[in-house]
Amino acid sequence: MIEAVGLTKRYGAKTAVYNLSFQVRPGTVTGFLGPNGSGKSTTMRMILGLDTPTTGQVTIGGYPYRKLPNAPRQVGALLDAKAVHGGRHARNHLLCLAQLSGIPARRVDEVLGVVGLQDVAKKRSKGFSLGMGQRLGIAAALLGDPQVLLFDEPVNGLDPEGILWVRNLMKSLAAEGRTVFVSSHLMSEMALTAEHLIVIGRGQLLADMSVKDFISHNSADFARVRTPETEPQQREKLTAALTEAGGQVLPEVDGALRVTGLPLPRISDLAHSADVRLWELSPHQASLEEAYMRMTQGAVDYRSTVDQRAGFQQEMPPGMPPQGQAQPPVPGQGQPCWYAPPPPQQGGQPFAMPQPQGGPGAANPYAAAPPQQPAAPAAPPADMTKRATDNEDAR
Amino acid sequence: MTTPPTPQQQPQAQQPQQMYAPAGAPAPQGAPMAPPPAAPAPPSAWQQAMANAYTSPIPVKKTHLGNALASEWTKIKSVRSTMWTLGIFLALVIGIGLLAAANTEPGDYADVPFTIPAFFGLILGQICLITLGVLVTSSEYGTGMIRTTFTASPQRYRVLAAKVVVFFVTAFVVSAGSILLVGLVTSSMNGGAEAGDLPWAGTVLKGGLYVSLLGVLALAVGSMLRHSAGAITAMLGLVLVPAILPAFLSIWESTQTLGEKMSDYNAINSLAKIFGAEGMDSPGGTSQLVALIVLTVLALGGAFALLEKRDV
Repeated sequence: MIEAVGLTKRYGAKTAVYNLSFQVRPGTVTGFLGPNGSGKSTTMRMILGLDTPTTGQVTIGGYPYRKLPNAPRQVGALLDAKAVHGGRHARNHLLCLAQLSGIPARRVDEVLGVVGLQDVAKKRSKGFSLGMGQRLGIAAALLGDPQVLLFDEPVNGLDPEGILWVRNLMKSLAAEGRTVFVSSHLMSEMALTAEHLIVIGRGQLLADMSVKDFISHNSADFARVRTPETEPQQREKLTAALTEAGGQVLPEVDGALRVTGLPLPRISDLAHSADVRLWELSPHQASLEEAYMRMTQGAVDYRSTVDQRAGFQQEMPPGMPPQGQAQPPVPGQGQPCWYAPPPPQQGGQPFAMPQPQGGPGAANPYAAAPPQQPAAPAAPPADMTKRATDNEDAR
Repeated sequence: MTTPPTPQQQPQAQQPQQMYAPAGAPAPQGAPMAPPPAAPAPPSAWQQAMANAYTSPIPVKKTHLGNALASEWTKIKSVRSTMWTLGIFLALVIGIGLLAAANTEPGDYADVPFTIPAFFGLILGQICLITLGVLVTSSEYGTGMIRTTFTASPQRYRVLAAKVVVFFVTAFVVSAGSILLVGLVTSSMNGGAEAGDLPWAGTVLKGGLYVSLLGVLALAVGSMLRHSAGAITAMLGLVLVPAILPAFLSIWESTQTLGEKMSDYNAINSLAKIFGAEGMDSPGGTSQLVALIVLTVLALGGAFALLEKRDV
C-alpha cells in the first residue's frame, strides 16, 4: 500500500506538488491522472525516493522508500522507458538490476520472456523502439515479484497488441492482490484498466474516487430529445413546457434538443401532456475523457491555441480585417467552458472537497498567484474560496 | 480564458436525483471534488484488501554490498566505453613501453628502473583511466540509468561505494599489470652488467596506484558534476594546468613557491618521481602519492555527501 501524507515539493519558487495526501490500496488498479506539468511524475519520483519531499512524507507498506530493506523485491517501478544505458544490451541491463537485489539470473530470462523481448535480449537497448523500451522497463519492474507496482505512462509507444497486454497485465497483477499505481494520459485506456482514480491538477488533489463515481460526478449527463422535423411548432411547444417544468433546453445543430435538469420519465410525461410526439428521447452519458476534461480544464497549464498562421501573412494594408477572424472556432481549442460544470451535490455544497487544512487558501502557494500571469485561468484555490463564500450566501 | 466561475445551477440543487446539469454553463476552474458519500471504501473493504495483499512466495532478503559489487561488475564489463578506454590504455602503456624498451640499451638503465618505458605510456594513458572513471558515474546520469539504479537500490551510498571498489580494482589490475609486463620485457631485453638493476617492484605498485587513484578522483568528480564532458574537462584541467602553469608562476617572485609546489605535485611530475625518471638516486614519489590520496578522499567525501542530499 502506498500512503502519502501532506506531500509538498518546491523547486525554488515553483511549487510542483502541494499538500498531497492519498492512499493507494492493494487489489485494484489505481489510475493517476492530471494534465501535463501537474506533478504526476514528481509525485512518482517522491514515492520512489528519488526526490526528497519539501514537507510531508510518503511510505510504501509503512516504510519510506529509501528505508526498504530490499526495494526491488517490494516495489517495481517503470518511470521512464529511456532510463537505461543505451550501450548495454537488454539482458545485461536487467541482470545488473537483478544482482542489486540478489535476484538470480534465471529470473532475468524469465521476465524477458514475459515481456516478449527474448529475441532481442542480446541487442543493445540504444536500438530499441519506444515500445520495446517500455517492455524492457516493465520487465525491470516485474523482476522482483514485487507487491507494489508503479507505472508511469506504461502504454506510451506500445502497439495495439502491447496495449492490450499491458491492460490485462495490470488487471491480473491487481487481481493477485498487488497494489498497482498507473499514470496515463489515455483516458479510454484508463477507463478500461483502472477501478480507482487519483486526479491531480497543479500539484493538488482534485479527486480520489472510483472511476464510476468520477464519471457520474463530473459529467453533465443530458437527455437528447427530438420532435418530428415536419412540425417545428411542436418543438417550440415542448421547449416551453420543459422550461416551465424547470429544465434547461438547448437546441442542437441538427434540430434535436439537449435537455438538462429533468429526468427522462419526466420529459416523456411532459411531452405527453403537451401532446407532442417524440422521435427520440435518449440519455447521453459522458465518457471518462469528458469527465476528466471538465474537471481538469481549470488546472491545465499548457493549452493549445488555434494556429492562425499569421506569421506567414504579408502585412495587410491598414483597414483590412485581420485574417484570423475568418476562421471558424475549432471546438476544444482555445475555448474555455467547452465542458459544462459538474452537477451540484446534494446538500448545497457544490464541490465537496478534501479541504486543505487550515482553511482554504490559508497557506496556499497559489492563493497569491504572481500578477504577471493574467492570461492563466483563475487559480483553483482562489476559486474555491470564492465559491465557498458564494455558497454560504446562497444558504 | 477568464471565466468567472459562478455556478448557475444553484436553484436546482434541491431537486431530486437523476439530475442533468445544464450544459454550456461556465465551467468551474479546477473545482476539487470530494469522494461522494458512497465512494470511500468502508473500513471493512480496506481491511479485506489489506488482508488479501500479495506477498511473494520467495522470501525477501536484505541486500548488502556484495549485491551492489556484483551489479557494478556486470555494468562495467557490459559497456563498450570500458573496453575502449582500457584497450587504448593498454595499447599506449604496453605499445609505447615496448617501443621504448626496444630502442634502449642496458646502459640506459644504470640509474633508472626497468619500468621506466611504461612511464611514457602512462603520461598519455592516465587520461584513459580518467575518462573511464568519469564515465562510470556520469554516464548513468547522462542516460537516466541512475534513476533506474537508485530505484533498484535506494541505498545510494552502497552503489557509489561499489562503483569505487569495482573501478579501483579494475584500474589497478590493468595499470599495475601493464607496468609489470613492460618491466619484465624491458628487464629481459636490457638486462646485463651495465644495467643498474634497481629494485622496481615498488614502481609497479605505486605507478598503478597513482593512475588508479586519479581515475577514482575522476569518478568522484563525475558523481559530483553528473555530466561527462564537464567532469572530463575538469579532470584534464586538474592534470594539465599544474603542469603548464609553473612556467608562468616562476616569472614573479611572489608566486614562485606556489609554482614550485605545483611543479612538484602535478600528475606528470608525480609519475616521473614515482618512476625515478628525474635522475634521482632511488624512485620516490611517496609524498605525491599521499597528496593524491588525500585529494581523492576529500572528493569522495563530497561525492557521498551530495549523493545522499540531491534529488536524482
